[in-house]
Formats: sequence, structure tokens, C-alpha cells
Amino acid sequence: MELAIFYLVAAVAVLSALVAVAHRNPVVNVLSLIVTFFCVAAVFAMQGADFLAGAQVLIYAGAILVLFLFVVMLLGAPVVSGEENPRPVQKTLGAFLAAAVGIGAFFLFSSLREAETKLSEAGNTTRALGRLLVGPHLFAFELVSVVLLAALVGALVLVKRKH
Amino acid sequence: MWAEIAVSGVKLAVIAGMLLTVVPIMTWVERRGAAFIQDRLGPNRVGPWGLLQPLADAVKLLFKEDVTPAHVSKGLYFLAPAIAVFVALSTFIVIPFAKAEGIELFGVPLKGLIVAPDLNIGVLYLLALSSISVYGIVLAGWASNNKYSLLGGLRSSAQLISYELAMTLAVLGVLLASGDLRLTTVVEHQAKLWNVVPQFFGFLVFLVAAFAETNRLPFDLAEAENELVAGYHVELSSMKFAAFMMSEYINMTTISALATTLYLGGWQLPGVAMPDGWLGLVLSFAVFMAKVGFLLWLFVWVRWTLPRFRYDQLMRLGWKGLIPLALLNLLWVSVALARGWL
Repeated sequence: MELAIFYLVAAVAVLSALVAVAHRNPVVNVLSLIVTFFCVAAVFAMQGADFLAGAQVLIYAGAILVLFLFVVMLLGAPVVSGEENPRPVQKTLGAFLAAAVGIGAFFLFSSLREAETKLSEAGNTTRALGRLLVGPHLFAFELVSVVLLAALVGALVLVKRKH
Repeated sequence: MWAEIAVSGVKLAVIAGMLLTVVPIMTWVERRGAAFIQDRLGPNRVGPWGLLQPLADAVKLLFKEDVTPAHVSKGLYFLAPAIAVFVALSTFIVIPFAKAEGIELFGVPLKGLIVAPDLNIGVLYLLALSSISVYGIVLAGWASNNKYSLLGGLRSSAQLISYELAMTLAVLGVLLASGDLRLTTVVEHQAKLWNVVPQFFGFLVFLVAAFAETNRLPFDLAEAENELVAGYHVELSSMKFAAFMMSEYINMTTISALATTLYLGGWQLPGVAMPDGWLGLVLSFAVFMAKVGFLLWLFVWVRWTLPRFRYDQLMRLGWKGLIPLALLNLLWVSVALARGWL
């Protein structure tokens, strides 16, 4: 049962990711990326990582992609038509890199399978995650927030200079 | 296993049925309330006091011709109202509507009138789904291929992003005080003192953000009938329009229930111990619904009292007013917790 659901979700995830890359209409690209993120959240939830699943939907599907959609609609990105291939080098390079990352991840994860632990048996993962974040990993956590803040300030500075 | 599924099914039927009943009642309250505030009568011809008016409205909407304009983006045009209703109908499952101690159904303990008592990310689930609700409006606006619709959709997305931040920050204060994402724990935490007392400013921020999240006046910039005609649903007719209306009222109910749970003590009354068993279930449910009813009336009251904000005023209030206030509230809760005052 669980395996069947996983395969269904995985199939939808891969399919919608393909549509997100290949479709000609930018709005459809963004929407299908949302479906991909939902599928990833479902996989997280099935692994017992319910906090990650919730955060995935809240932050990626709910906030970041709304912004994407906002920009696409506001700028009115044109629907790509015709068969011409404007950037052949980038396309080949991108496909090559994506394949390399995919194969690498496959080998990495298949070696991890031995050390697999059942998260769903660990009980309240949210509490455990919180304790880890502000306990042993406090420095990394704060560092990330400083980097994000710097990015925010940087964006503001760049925009200001134009005016 | 099957008994548990049956219990969840019964809860789902009861609560979803209740939510769907609230919609016609609220449309009646809205129209009669508006009339009352504006010193006129309002609909009073269908049934006693016009109570059957929503029924007549529903029949009218169902039998209206469903027009699909020529230049819409077909798939998304039909998907948008579906997303709106789907999100509205799936958010309430983590809200505890009543106490149900010592009650068994099909041999399974009820664990309170809440559809998903074991989901331990309660509030996060609710916030995540409500952040999805913007897609219904944005897509309706974009797919209609109409400049008024598009403007409505764009305004709505900017508004929701801004106010969601303030709302989440306000909710964080409550979560910090009760130490759990589960709303059942949040309610039990307020047995002695409702959260609205120590976190009044958090409640204020939450309430204002709730008006913005449900697109109600004074923040209904997305539809703003006197400048955008009807905003994102200009091109929607018959049931597709009704779907958006329905989701608006269901969202109002859900967010009122959430406000009740987070700040007004949920199904509890101060100084009154709810009895166990079925009597407790009925009493606590009545208390909960009374609080929700008051908040729903507040929505109507405010809508017919305050004029609409201008767009820049809305953004300024969100970013420069509510978010700093919510942060101050969070700071106050942290300090109070650290000093052991709460």
C-alpha cells in the first residue's frame, strides 16, 4: 500500500518536473513546479518528517512560487513558440550537469540505504528538529540567517542604486 | 483499523456538514446585517425573516447560464475555483471543535471533536494550506484574460504574502507559550488564562491579518467592485462564481475557529469545568460555536462599518505596522516565558 502510494507520488513528481522544464507557457511551468513541490512534501510526510513536509508546502509551494507566479504574470513572459534553439551550448551543458548530479545522487543514496533509520518511529520529529537546530547546530543556523539577511540587504542596495 | 476510519469519517461528515451549513447562514446574516447597519430591511420575502433567501440564491446560481468567455485559458479557468474550494474545505481538520473525554464510537476513543488528532504539525498544516489558497485567486485573475481580473489577482497575491508573514509571527507567540504545534495542546494550555490577555497585541495582529487573508473589507482590494468591477471573478459566472463566494465564507469560518482556538480559549469557559461524556461534547461545542459566531459577526460588522483601504495604505500597514507589532509581541512572550511570568 505504502509502496504503491510512493510510486504514484514519485511518478507524478517526475512527470510534473518534466513539464516544468519543457512546457512553452511560463505560467504552466510555475504551476507544474508547484505540483512537484507538493509531491516532494508528500514523500517527506511518508518518511515521517511531517515538519519538513509542512515547511516545504508553506515556504516553497506557498510563498516562493507565489512570488515566481507574480513575476511571470507581471512581466508577462512571452509564450515561447517555434522550434529554434537559441542557446544550444547551455542546453547541452545543463543536461549533462543534471545527469551527473542525478547519477551521483543515485549512487550516494544507494550506499546510504544500509544506515536507514525509521523516522516515523522517532515520535515527535518537530521537537527533536527544534532542539537540534538551537542546540548543537546553533552556529550554522545563525550563520544561515545572517547570510539570508545579507542577501536581503544586498537586493535592497542593488535596487536603490538604479533609481 | 476500520473502526478508526469510520470514526474519522463520522467526524469529517459532522464538521464538513457544519461548515457547509454556515455558508448559507452567513450569507443571510451578511445581507440582513448590512441592512440593519444601513437602516433598511434587507431580504425578508422568502420564508420567515427572509431565512430561506440563501436557498433561493443557490437555486438561482445553479440555474444561471455558465458562460465561458472566448479568450480565457481553459484549463486554469476551471481549475481556479476548484483550488479555492479545495483549500477552504481541507484546512479545518486540525481544529479541535469540542471536548470529547470518555466517549467511544465503534469502540475507538474519540479524542475530541477534531478530524486529525494525531497530526503533530497542526498549526503548520493550517498555515501551509492557507498559503496555497492564493493560487485560486491569482489563477482566476490570470486565466480570465481580462485586465481587471489580472489586477485583482496581482493585488491579492501581494496582499497575501505581506499579511501571511504578520499572521505567522503572531501565531508563533501562541505556539511559544504552549510549546506544541498541536491545537489540542494550545487549547488545554489556556485552561486558566486565555491567550488574548497576555498576548493582546498578537491577537490584534492576527485579527487584522485574518481580514486581509480572507479578502474581506476593509482589505478586499482583490475585488474592489468600484474600481476593478469585481476583480478576479469578473469573468466567472454561475457556479464558478458561487464556488469563490462559498470558499470566502468557509475561510472566514475556519479563520474564526482558528482565532478562537489560539486566543479565546477554544471550547473552554474560564472557571467552568466541562463535564465528561456526551453532555461535555455538546456544551463545549456550543461554547466554541458561540465564540466563532461572535467573530463571524465581527467580520460582517467591520465590513459594513469601515471603508476600503488604499493599496499603498494596505502595504504600509502590513509591513510597517503589523510586522513590527507582531515581533514586539514575540519578544514580550519570550521575555515573559524566560522570567516565568506566563
